[in-house]
Amino acid sequence: MKRRTIKVDYLARVEGEGALYIRMKDGQVTDVKLKIYEPPRFFEAFMRGRKYTEAPDITARICGICPVAYQMSACQAMEAILGIRVKGPLRDLRHLLYLGEWIESHMLHVYMLHAPDFLGYQSAIEMARDYPEVVQRGLRLKKYGNEIVAVVGGREVHPINVRVGGFYRVPTREELQSLMDKLKWGRDAALETVRWVASFDFPDFEMDYEFVALRHPEEYALLEGRILSNKGLDIAVYEYDDHFEEIHVPYSNALHSRIRGRGSYLVGPMARFNLNFHRLSPLAQQAAREVGLLPPCRNPFQSIIVRSIETLHAFDVALYLIENYDMPDSPVVEAEPRAGTGYGATEAPRGLLYHRYTIDDQGIILDAKIVPPTSQNQKAIEEDLWHFVPQNLDLPEDELVWRCEQAIRNYDPCISCATHFLKLHIERE
Amino acid sequence: MMKPKTVRLIGVGNPYRSDDVLGLLVVRQAKERLTGHPVEVREVAGDMTALLDAWDGADLVIVVDAVVSHAAPGTVHRFEVGETPLPGAMFTTSTHALDVAQAVELARALGRLPRRLVLYGVEAGRLETGSDLSPEVAQALPQVVEALCRDVLQALQGPD
Repeated sequence: MKRRTIKVDYLARVEGEGALYIRMKDGQVTDVKLKIYEPPRFFEAFMRGRKYTEAPDITARICGICPVAYQMSACQAMEAILGIRVKGPLRDLRHLLYLGEWIESHMLHVYMLHAPDFLGYQSAIEMARDYPEVVQRGLRLKKYGNEIVAVVGGREVHPINVRVGGFYRVPTREELQSLMDKLKWGRDAALETVRWVASFDFPDFEMDYEFVALRHPEEYALLEGRILSNKGLDIAVYEYDDHFEEIHVPYSNALHSRIRGRGSYLVGPMARFNLNFHRLSPLAQQAAREVGLLPPCRNPFQSIIVRSIETLHAFDVALYLIENYDMPDSPVVEAEPRAGTGYGATEAPRGLLYHRYTIDDQGIILDAKIVPPTSQNQKAIEEDLWHFVPQNLDLPEDELVWRCEQAIRNYDPCISCATHFLKLHIERE
Repeated sequence: MMKPKTVRLIGVGNPYRSDDVLGLLVVRQAKERLTGHPVEVREVAGDMTALLDAWDGADLVIVVDAVVSHAAPGTVHRFEVGETPLPGAMFTTSTHALDVAQAVELARALGRLPRRLVLYGVEAGRLETGSDLSPEVAQALPQVVEALCRDVLQALQGPD
């Protein structure tokens, strides 16, 4: 009887800190645990007793990579309670701001964190020594995402300009126009990125996921929509808690999400791509066809191509929004607080981000619930490894460990977001 | 050393993660103390590749961050970035994609290091969610501001 245990104590190039532990016996995987070491997330408790207006700024601090996502889900939930809708150019500005964050986050992951896996480098630093132009291109793409966030959001990281009902100040047409040349360069470079990552070698691996994402009748859903899956789910955001549950697992600080009565599911770029392909910009669709990636994509390693296609979409739509921008008369839709419970769900770079708040008639937060994408994907990551490891047992030890780490990075897991999340232990007994 | 034309102070941190806010507080206070001097301040959080843009065009850069190296909380570490890599394990309190040390090495690989780069790392006592400094780090704060201002003023007195 042959026992192997693989432990990887420190999972590199994942945003935060985590560990993976895999145990095998006679060529069968007997245990997979994704461990999350960051201290549990206290933000939900931290919110109670604060004003409803503080929710976007405080929750934005949960993650340094996707603050806009937190702001947008929080605003949507609070606006639902207040009974207001942010429309027209204000909504377009939110869309633009969010696309800036997608660009930043996706380009960080594609170039700095995930591409080194495919090219055989331990890190982006080593990759930069051999491919300086490529890494510079990635940094420049990311920077232009930052610049969108800075112009609309008022600051590159943790935008300070977002508020419930809209913004504190809206940019002028000229301020947005100043981004045009950079974004045109970005659109071209994003297309190059799609072609570059599509040329990588991908492990032959597919899973039958339940993909979950927002759907919007006219857009590649990002700011709002119904929650859909490829296995029959079609619900409004306020029905989220009826259909999804969070389970505490003893070995991890993060909560595991599952669909009640069914189990794991997958959120993020692949889910959006598969459910909403026809709402990608024509240029992004064309690029997907050119590199031969069409839905359904079930190989999680190909998510790097999907992120690149979404980045192309983001530049394309950002250019459209800027060209068609008319500065609104007021930066905000004003409203008075009233007691109630509100629900918000938007598409963070890593997938669906759900917020729920209850406030009293003075606007004081009585209860908050936040479900980030990484905790929703955790079970799917473990299930990938349950299947991936037995198919690759003939690999040398160090290569198997490498592949397992890569399999986790497919999800661009963000531990700081997921903590209620990650070092990697793989154990072979 | 020649007098720097552009001095930039960069604070790294998250205001809702206890001692992680320190870098931001230090650069804000130093900026006030250095009123009238040609000093720019930036604040960075999240992914540290942003540092490459934050220090772009400056010739003296001082970065302040909270660190964990298992020294006593409040201990102040100072590094003059030279030809050898940094002690990488230290600047990893960021729950971010690339940490400060990795950003420095990435910049080195790409030829994007400033002419002179100084890093201050203050040993964190606690990093959980919250907005208060630990007593040890609160006590170290004025000392770091003082040391940083001294660095800047000395550099500005150099020959043109």
